[in-house]
Amino acid sequence: MNATVARLTVRSLLGRRRALVLLALPAILLLLCGATRLLAGGDERLGVALLGGFGLGTVVPLLALIAGTGAIGPEIDDGSIVYLLSKPLSRPSIVHSKLAVASATVVALSAVPVLVAGLVLTGTADRLAVGYALAAAVAGVTYCAVFLLLAVLTRNAVVIGLLYALIWESVIGGYVPGAQALSVQQWSLTLAEKVVGARAAELGVTPAVGIGTAVPLLLVVLVGCTWYAGRRLRVLRLAGDA
Amino acid sequence: MTALVLAQVSRWFGNVVAVNDVTMTIGPGVTGLLGPNGAGKSTLIHMMAGFLAPSSGTVTLDGDPVWRNEQIYRRIGLVPEREAMYDVVSGWEFVLANARLHGLPDPQEAARRALATVEMTPAQDRDITTYSKGMKQRIKMATALVHDPPVLLLDEPFNGMDPRQRLQLIDLLHAMGEQGRVVLFSSHILEEVERLAGSIQVMVAGRHAASGDFREIRRLMTERPHQYTVRSSDDRSLAALIIADASTSGVELSVAGPDAGAGHVGGTAAAGLHVQATDYARFIRLLPQVAARHGIRLYDVVPADESLESVFSYLVAR
Repeated sequence: MNATVARLTVRSLLGRRRALVLLALPAILLLLCGATRLLAGGDERLGVALLGGFGLGTVVPLLALIAGTGAIGPEIDDGSIVYLLSKPLSRPSIVHSKLAVASATVVALSAVPVLVAGLVLTGTADRLAVGYALAAAVAGVTYCAVFLLLAVLTRNAVVIGLLYALIWESVIGGYVPGAQALSVQQWSLTLAEKVVGARAAELGVTPAVGIGTAVPLLLVVLVGCTWYAGRRLRVLRLAGDA
Repeated sequence: MTALVLAQVSRWFGNVVAVNDVTMTIGPGVTGLLGPNGAGKSTLIHMMAGFLAPSSGTVTLDGDPVWRNEQIYRRIGLVPEREAMYDVVSGWEFVLANARLHGLPDPQEAARRALATVEMTPAQDRDITTYSKGMKQRIKMATALVHDPPVLLLDEPFNGMDPRQRLQLIDLLHAMGEQGRVVLFSSHILEEVERLAGSIQVMVAGRHAASGDFREIRRLMTERPHQYTVRSSDDRSLAALIIADASTSGVELSVAGPDAGAGHVGGTAAAGLHVQATDYARFIRLLPQVAARHGIRLYDVVPADESLESVFSYLVAR
């Protein structure tokens, strides 16, 4: 970790209009949950559908896409990353600092709103709010590592990431059996299931894999992507080379 | 003595050879890396700065490889060509951040000194987005100087600068060179290099075409055959008169289409002469004299090869 890299990342990630985009998604989640509570009352099954389908399935991957690629992608595109790379800093420490900022952003803007939305919708019943907030935090950090690596690997990280988030994680990961076993969303859902406990299946908190499989896979993706991003950053070819 | 050494360095991108078997040693003082656009200067500087692996050969600074060696940046300051910076911060914050990234013991003092060196102290608290191109260039210089490196690499530092800013930068780089630093800058503009660099490395089409001090390069350039394009009222007759003199080694008559040259007296339908002069001083005296003597009007006399590219091509062909 390097505090200066982290500070510069915060300034460029949360500066200008990107911050507004980042705030829009949790705002929509909260509005949706508030409206649902007012119109339909505190229904736990509805809560699971909204927190899982919209919160964990859409808000978290999209926020992580914006924050994960935004933490390093624009700098690589415009070449300003040269000011970090021309310093006696280890490349992994640059990646760690950027991942920490992106993860903190996603946790603050997705896990916290999911917790609030869960409390609004279901109160403290069956610890649904806490379970989904924990799942959102873990999924958010893991997605950030994936998208940060993607931004180091390709200049089309946002498009590829969007396709991955929407098609694989939201559609295939949500509904297609088999493919679900390879979905960050499903892995993190095992944590919600664990927190909710006995009534999880009854409420529809049913991940495709067991927690014994999910946690090692989450760790492998998180550590693997972070490690490889550091390696790739060491040999990054700057824009405009010819 | 600090020395940046390139030994048989080549770099290719797919099938394109950007840098071809370059060997050079850059020592203390100001060195100009001169070459037309696309000659491989940026690729070479990127390899010197450790941002690009040579496809073959080695780049070393005092014996240490620069590729995949982050610690080398304690000794190298880089001014990149591209303008993009972390422009959501002020000049002061940005230079200070660079000092901190270097892990300097007193980053505030280092940033203050670097900003004073580039004369940006009065504007240091403004956001970088509000700076002019010249001011941004000076902030880039400050970030490269903040850790007081013995080696300074600058990629096209004069691009987009006005004449006053150029003079300031030239003075600054002169001072850096006189302090015994290795200062290498790239440029495609001959005059910039002439004013600044004690020693010059010329790159053409990825090859190291020539090196030496400016007078040496200038001599090579003035002694080369000069080419002119001439348009006159009677190109064909003029061609005969010119080739009769020892100052020229060749005259080619360009023949235009049937409509061209309609205004020319004599109806030669010629669209100009390409003259190769071996003694250009004598040729430029001779031409108006013979034209006047034979009643031929000169419409255009244009040096055909004064562009840097043709000068470089000549140097490479030697």
